[in-house]
Amino acid sequence: MKDISRIKMGLSCPMPKFDFDSINLGHGSGGVLTHNLLNSGVFDVLQNDLLNKKHDGAIFELEGKLAFSTDSYVVNPVFFPGGNIGELAVNGTVNDLAMCGAMARYLSLSFIIEEGLPMEEFWNILNSIKYCCDNAGVQVVTGDTKVVEKGKGDKLFINTSGIGTLHKKASISFDRIAPGDVIIISGNIANHGIAIMSKRSGLEFETDIVSDTTNLNFTVQKLLNVFGEQIHFLRDATRGGVASVLNEIAKDGGMGIEIAEKAIPVAEQVNGACEMLGLDPLYVANEGVFIAVVDASVANDLVVLLRNDENGSNAALIGIVTNDHRGQVILQCAIGGKRVVNMLPGEQLPRIC
Amino acid sequence: MKYLSEYRDAAIVEKYLDEIRKLVTKPWTIMEVCGGQTHSLVKNGILSLLPEYVRMVHGPGCPVCVTPLHLIDKAVYLAEMEGVILCSYGDMLRVPGSKKSLLEAKAAGADVRILYSPLEAVKIAKDNPGKEIVFFAVGFETTAPANALSVLHAYREDLKNYSILTSHVLVPPAMEAIVDDEMNVVQGFLAAGHVCTIMGMDEYYPLVKKYKLPIVVTGFEPVDLLQGILMLLKQLENGECRLENQYTRFVKAEGNLDAKKIIQEVFEIADREWRGIGNIPFSGYEVKNEYATFDANKKFNIRLDKAEESKECIAGEILRGIKKPFECPQFGKGCTPIKPIGAPMVSSEGACAAYYHFSNMEAMA
Repeated sequence: MKDISRIKMGLSCPMPKFDFDSINLGHGSGGVLTHNLLNSGVFDVLQNDLLNKKHDGAIFELEGKLAFSTDSYVVNPVFFPGGNIGELAVNGTVNDLAMCGAMARYLSLSFIIEEGLPMEEFWNILNSIKYCCDNAGVQVVTGDTKVVEKGKGDKLFINTSGIGTLHKKASISFDRIAPGDVIIISGNIANHGIAIMSKRSGLEFETDIVSDTTNLNFTVQKLLNVFGEQIHFLRDATRGGVASVLNEIAKDGGMGIEIAEKAIPVAEQVNGACEMLGLDPLYVANEGVFIAVVDASVANDLVVLLRNDENGSNAALIGIVTNDHRGQVILQCAIGGKRVVNMLPGEQLPRIC
Repeated sequence: MKYLSEYRDAAIVEKYLDEIRKLVTKPWTIMEVCGGQTHSLVKNGILSLLPEYVRMVHGPGCPVCVTPLHLIDKAVYLAEMEGVILCSYGDMLRVPGSKKSLLEAKAAGADVRILYSPLEAVKIAKDNPGKEIVFFAVGFETTAPANALSVLHAYREDLKNYSILTSHVLVPPAMEAIVDDEMNVVQGFLAAGHVCTIMGMDEYYPLVKKYKLPIVVTGFEPVDLLQGILMLLKQLENGECRLENQYTRFVKAEGNLDAKKIIQEVFEIADREWRGIGNIPFSGYEVKNEYATFDANKKFNIRLDKAEESKECIAGEILRGIKKPFECPQFGKGCTPIKPIGAPMVSSEGACAAYYHFSNMEAMA
C-alpha cells in the first residue's frame, strides 16, 4: 500500500491572496478575474517551459510511437480519504497511458468549476495536481477553466488528456490475449471505492481505509523492461472494478476467463466494509490497481517483481485465460462451487438488510 | 474475518455436503425464506453442489420484491413533489413503478437520497426545516426497529417535517400463505435468521404444529445454509416436524426484547398487500394512530389510480416457489437487471437477479 504520509495537503504552498474567497462566474469570464486566477494560481503552481508560453496550445517534439488518452473526473466528494479529484485526474490519465505501455509526458488539464467552490479547496486541489505530476514525471502544458452556475455542476469536474511515449518492447492489445495466459492482479482491491463510499453523504461510516490512487507508470515500465512482449494485456481496474475489466477481456478478447475467489487479495477492513454495505469487492472501483494478462512462462517471475515494487506488494496470480466458455468470466468460489461473474448492470446499490 | 471466515470454510462445507449426499433417499423441496439466503446460495455456487434430490425454491423474503407497485408509485409521486426530499434504502431505487422508478425520478431532478439508516433521514429533517423529509420505510421485521426508532427520534425532537412511507411486511403470515396455496410445493422451510434475531422463535411453533412442516432458523453463510439444509433433511427423512435453530450464535428464543418494544410502540399489525402475491391478512405493520403525523400515507393523502402489474411477469409464482426464474419466458430477454419488468430482477436478493448475475449455467455447459 502506498505511503499515506505522502498525502499532499501539508505540501501546499501558502495560498496567495485572491480577490474572492470562492470561485464565481467572473472567474470563468475570460476577464480580469480569470487572468488573476490563472496568473497567481494555475500558472504559478504548475509552471514549466511549455506552459509558461501561455499559448493557445503547446508545441513540442516527441520521438517514437506515441499513446494518447483522455478521461474526465466527476468524483463526489472531491476530497476523500487518501486523495482528491486533482490526484485522480493526473494519476488516472497517466495510468491509462501506462496500460498502453506508454510513459506519460504531457497532459492537458481542463476545469469545469461550479460557482461557490471555496478558493482554498481549489488551491489544495491544484497543489495536489502539481504533486502528482512531479511524482509521475509528467507536465501540464495546456488547459482551460470554465465556471458554471451554482447547481449546474458538482463542485468541480476535471478533464485531462495525455500524450505518452511507448515503451520499445510494449505490445499490448486484446488480440494478443491467448488461451493459457495467466491473469495477475497488482494489489488489494476495492480500497478506492470503499474510501469514497465512507464519506458519501448519507452513508458515512468510520474507517481508516484510504484510496489507492497512485501513478503506475514506473511500475509498468519496470515490468516491460524485463518481460516486454510477454505482457499481452494491461488494464487498470477503475470504474466497475476487477469484474468489469475481466468481462471486457472475456468479451472484447473473445476468450474465457477463470478466476479463483480465494486468490483475489482484499484487505480485511475493506472486506468488512463490503460485507456491511452489501457490496461485492469485485465490482468496487480501484485507482491504483491493474490487471495484467501475461504469458504463463513469466507469470511467477512477474509476480515476484511486482511484489518488490511499492505499487505491487500484494500482487497475486488470480486466474487463467481459457478456450472454454468464451466471453464469460467464471469464478471458482472459495467453498468449491462455481459461478458466473457478469458485468454490473448500472450502479451497485447498497441493499436494505 | 472473525465470525465470517469460519462459516466459509471449504472443508466444513464439504463435510456437510457429504452428509447430505449420504442422507437423502428421495426428492425434497425446501424453501429458503429470505432473499439474503437466496443471494448467498447462488453467489457461493451452493445450488450446483447440492445433490439433485434437494430442490431449493426461493421464498418471498426480498423486501424490494414484495413492495407493491402502488407504493412505489406513491414514493415516486412524493419524490416529485415540490419541497420533498425522499430518502430510501439503495436497492429500492431501480424498482420499476407503473410509470417510472425512483432512479428515473432522480434523473429527472427529484431529490432522492440513498441512506443506510432512517436515523440519517431524521438528521436531514433537522438540517432542512423548510423541506419535507419522507423515508421510504421498506422491509421485514429486520428494518422495523430502526424505522420505528426514527419516528421516536423525530417525535422527541418535535420535528414536523419528517414522515415515513411504510411498506413493512412480516415473515410468518407469508409462510402461511405459501403453504395454504393449493399449488404449494414446499415441504420444509429455512426460516430467516436475521428476522428471528429480532423477533425470536415463538411465532413459528404454531406454523410447525398446524402444517406439520419442519422449520429450521438458518443463517446466511455457506456453512450456515448447508447445516440448516442438513438439519431440515434429517427431519424430513425421519418424518419429523420440529422447529430448530441453526443460527444459535445470534437467535435467542425470545428475540431482541428492546427492538420488539420499539416496534410495538410505533407500529401495529395490519393487512398488507404483497407484490406478486396479493393481500395477506395481518402481514404487515402500519404506523399507530398516536404517531399518525409521522405517517406519510396520512400526512400527504395521496390519491393515485391503482396501476396494473405487467402481465408478462411471473413474480408471484417465483416468490411462492412454484416456478424458478429460468422458467419465465422473459428471463434474461425482456427482463434484465438493466431494464427489469418485475421486482425480483432488481435487488441482488431477488431470485431472478441472483440467477441472472451468478448462474448462467447454460453457457457454462
